[in-house]
Amino acid sequence: MNTHNETLAHHGHAHHAADHGHDHHDDHDDDGGASHSTLSGYVTGFVLSVILTVIPFWIVMGNIFENATTTSMVVLGLAAVQIVVHMIYFLHMNFKSEGGWNMLALIFTIMVVVITLAGSLWVMYHLNTNMMPTMTHEMK
Amino acid sequence: MSNATALHATDAAKASDNLRFFVPGEHHPKNGTLLGFWMYLMSDCLIFACLFAVHAVVGRNYAAGPSGADLFDLQLVAINTAMLLLSSITYGFAMIEMQRNRLRPVLMWLIITGILGAIFIGLELYEFYHLIHQGAVPQRSAFLSSFFTLVGTHGLHVTFGIIWLITLLFQLKKHGLNRENKRRVMCLSMFWHFLDVVWIGVFTFVYLMGVL
Amino acid sequence: MFDSLDLTKLIFGRLSWESIPLHEPILIVTFAAVLLGGLALVGALTYFRLWGYLWREWFTSIDHKKIGIMYIILGLVMLLRGFADAIMMRLQQAIAFGDNVGYLNSHHYDQIFTAHGVIMIFFVAMPLVTGLMNYIVPLQIGARDVSFPFLNNFSFWMTTAGAVLVMASLFVGEFARTGWLAYPPLSGIVHSPDVGVDYYIWALQIAGVGTLLSGINLLVTIIKMRAPGMGLMKMPIFTWTALCTNVLIVAAFPVLTAVLALLTMDRYLGFNFFTNDFGGNSMMYVNLIWIWGHPEVYILILPAFGVFSEIVSTFSSKRLFGYASMVYATVVITVLSYLVWLHHFFTMGSGASVNSFFGITTMIISIPTGAKIFNWLFTMYRGRIRFEVPMLWTIGFMVTFVIGGMTGVLLAVPPADFVLHNSLFLIAHFHNVIIGGVLFGMMAGITYWFPKAFGYKLDPFWGKCSFWFWLVGFYVAFMPLYVLGLMGVTRRVSHFEDPSLQIWFQIAAVGAVLIALGIGSFLIQLVVSFLRREQLRDHTGDPWNGRTLEWATSSPPPNYNFAFTPLVHDGDAWYQMKQRNYKHPTEGFVAIHMPKNTGAGIIIAGLSALIGFALIWHMWPLAILGFVALMAATIIHTFNYKRDYYIPVEEVVRTEAERQRLLAQHV
Repeated sequence: MNTHNETLAHHGHAHHAADHGHDHHDDHDDDGGASHSTLSGYVTGFVLSVILTVIPFWIVMGNIFENATTTSMVVLGLAAVQIVVHMIYFLHMNFKSEGGWNMLALIFTIMVVVITLAGSLWVMYHLNTNMMPTMTHEMK
Repeated sequence: MSNATALHATDAAKASDNLRFFVPGEHHPKNGTLLGFWMYLMSDCLIFACLFAVHAVVGRNYAAGPSGADLFDLQLVAINTAMLLLSSITYGFAMIEMQRNRLRPVLMWLIITGILGAIFIGLELYEFYHLIHQGAVPQRSAFLSSFFTLVGTHGLHVTFGIIWLITLLFQLKKHGLNRENKRRVMCLSMFWHFLDVVWIGVFTFVYLMGVL
Repeated sequence: MFDSLDLTKLIFGRLSWESIPLHEPILIVTFAAVLLGGLALVGALTYFRLWGYLWREWFTSIDHKKIGIMYIILGLVMLLRGFADAIMMRLQQAIAFGDNVGYLNSHHYDQIFTAHGVIMIFFVAMPLVTGLMNYIVPLQIGARDVSFPFLNNFSFWMTTAGAVLVMASLFVGEFARTGWLAYPPLSGIVHSPDVGVDYYIWALQIAGVGTLLSGINLLVTIIKMRAPGMGLMKMPIFTWTALCTNVLIVAAFPVLTAVLALLTMDRYLGFNFFTNDFGGNSMMYVNLIWIWGHPEVYILILPAFGVFSEIVSTFSSKRLFGYASMVYATVVITVLSYLVWLHHFFTMGSGASVNSFFGITTMIISIPTGAKIFNWLFTMYRGRIRFEVPMLWTIGFMVTFVIGGMTGVLLAVPPADFVLHNSLFLIAHFHNVIIGGVLFGMMAGITYWFPKAFGYKLDPFWGKCSFWFWLVGFYVAFMPLYVLGLMGVTRRVSHFEDPSLQIWFQIAAVGAVLIALGIGSFLIQLVVSFLRREQLRDHTGDPWNGRTLEWATSSPPPNYNFAFTPLVHDGDAWYQMKQRNYKHPTEGFVAIHMPKNTGAGIIIAGLSALIGFALIWHMWPLAILGFVALMAATIIHTFNYKRDYYIPVEEVVRTEAERQRLLAQHV
């Protein structure tokens, strides 16, 4: 339990109404929000993204792998990496912004997304197998 | 019935001067706009996740109609991807200029971003028109319904982003880079980059894997 | 001639005079009653010149307290409609045996059970829960309002717009006949070509926007606007449950939005997501809607748990037992609620491996709730318990909810569920937990916090009447349904052949009448309390000897809540302040920065309702016009940068001085 021994120093000073609007209030807030953007950050992100885009297009359009499953895995993997690149370099994702709440929200959302995707795929695969025997599909 | 009960009389006697229970003067609550917008983006992420899940389930239900391999023009998709990626970096340049508090460059980079976004939408509309013209209409199969919905929803988001961008241009001209406008530019930045992230999912999952 | 024919179609879509159900006497009588009542209300408001007051002080208010009250009023009004549906169903099922077809044909009956479910979940439970969180959370964390006051007002009006559309379906057209979740293919365009499902879709989509925004709002408020010193583990437990509830809202409602949008595209544009042909898969709808649906029921119950925690602590005069484990239990429930959804469709055919996984997770999720029950009991143990009305509701909840929870665990066993799915056993189970949990929680919360909001307590006699009628009525109405379900009776049936079942339905109907008396007692309680308000007056702001910050304010609080932001050192902050002989400051007041009222929320929501109505009736030009107006109104609103004002320091001084005077008179 902390004890504050602040003296009741200043009385509230009258504020001038509309002119200042809400300007003084949030002086310290922009730091809590986005981190600072830098040119090198954006350029790095851009170059990485270009590479991570060209490769999968090339793999698919050029039929580099025989096996469709391998192609799928590689392409999905590269997409995941590019998403991380975007998060870091463009969205300035880090553990500090908004006191860690941004990251926590992202992690929770990813968890729900994974559950929705994987769960739906698993459930629907079983449902389709058991209940739709005339439809034979390859599901990703 | 409101003040201290008999229970802790001795503690009460110690009085309250070593413990302050209020903040004297004006207390400014922290602004929550950026966090709130991020939360909204997380919810938008879930909408797209549902659409992706649906595509995963029915994306191969061609109903004896055309498939992705039959229909997709990957070169066009590559160009579109390039447009969106470029627009991301031009928005980044706008953010850098905003940090330097330079209004005109901000406006310029925003306009370029908007134009790139408009080209993206234009190309996508062209693609849709071409597909429909061929008979590959969304009503043809579940695959096509899902394709048009997923890609179309992304396109709708980009369109709203462009409308927002145009509105912001007017507001920036009117009020300059004040605190509120800076927050709005930051929010649109998050929105724009988020749409690029979703597009990664779209071109990978819908187009690239769709032709396999 | 050709022109005018087309013009009518263009303007009115498929709306015509036939859309008004003149052949349904029940509806005509209802409409007449509503019309008369509505005219009386409008007349009274006009006569007493209250429109200006209503617009300025309530409809355009961005004050979380006013918005919270309006949500609760909406919820209670819709409770009357939803309950009317319930009574109609009970009556029909009590008499419709053999040759007696009852008084409701299946066309009508199907709309009633659909509307009953939709209204109770979306327009009673959600608004009550949202209203309570809206009112209490900012006060409990020592804030002046929520993070986004305008969005708060807008969210309320969007919810109301959805309710208006549902109510409109009574008199113009008809409602869905698909059950409250509108499964395709029944809800698809082939099998439900009429407007019913469209009313359903647009009412929920519009209300859903409101709910989602409200979720974001409260989430950011709790994260960002807590008083200095109030770390997460020092928050009141109701605020913790509100935090988790709003996480669930933000992470679940988008799924509902997406699924309903897909159904909309199937119906309006002929897409094939959930059709029987062209590759559609209607099982996917069931899967996705329950990915939303299960978190939804936790959205409803978690705030109720929070209410009970506060009440048990206050009325046992004891700190809540196991605060940390309560928090962990709530968080675990939040996460686990995403892993159980398949238990709503064990019988759809996913097979043993999938079913057993979800059966196990469903059983696991009952454990943290059990932990909470123990914590409540341990809080009561050796406390000095006061059996005020909120405490009665709490004890009623503890018994009733546990029974309902146990039948839930029973249903969680897939083989058992194969027998009991969609039987009256299921209906009894979920009413058991929703009434015993959510409704009792809302009644408890309303009774507990009513003095804070209005400055006087609710009359305890009528409160006890309401409680006992509800409690006994619930058991009499729903225990027979457990029996019927075990005997194999299916849900949503409006006529029966087997006469041996009738007695159970008749008992259930008696139960429904008792509940009606419970609702009636509550309404009488409101009137009597208002008339006796001076005797029931709360002068100090802390009528129950509470422990959390909302009780530090006057009853009702001033619109700025706290003249000075509180500084928190301990959980149960107000209790600590009282222990340390806290005196409210009498000087040093400053002008207070507050957001302005605005009409933008009601206007944009009104336009949304109009667009919804236009889309339902295929009035395309009106829909497009409405949409353009909506975009314009929204964009115009964003050009308004002058949304704040300052309460002058003299007014603060005056308000606080008045409070001091009251406190001095009544200590």
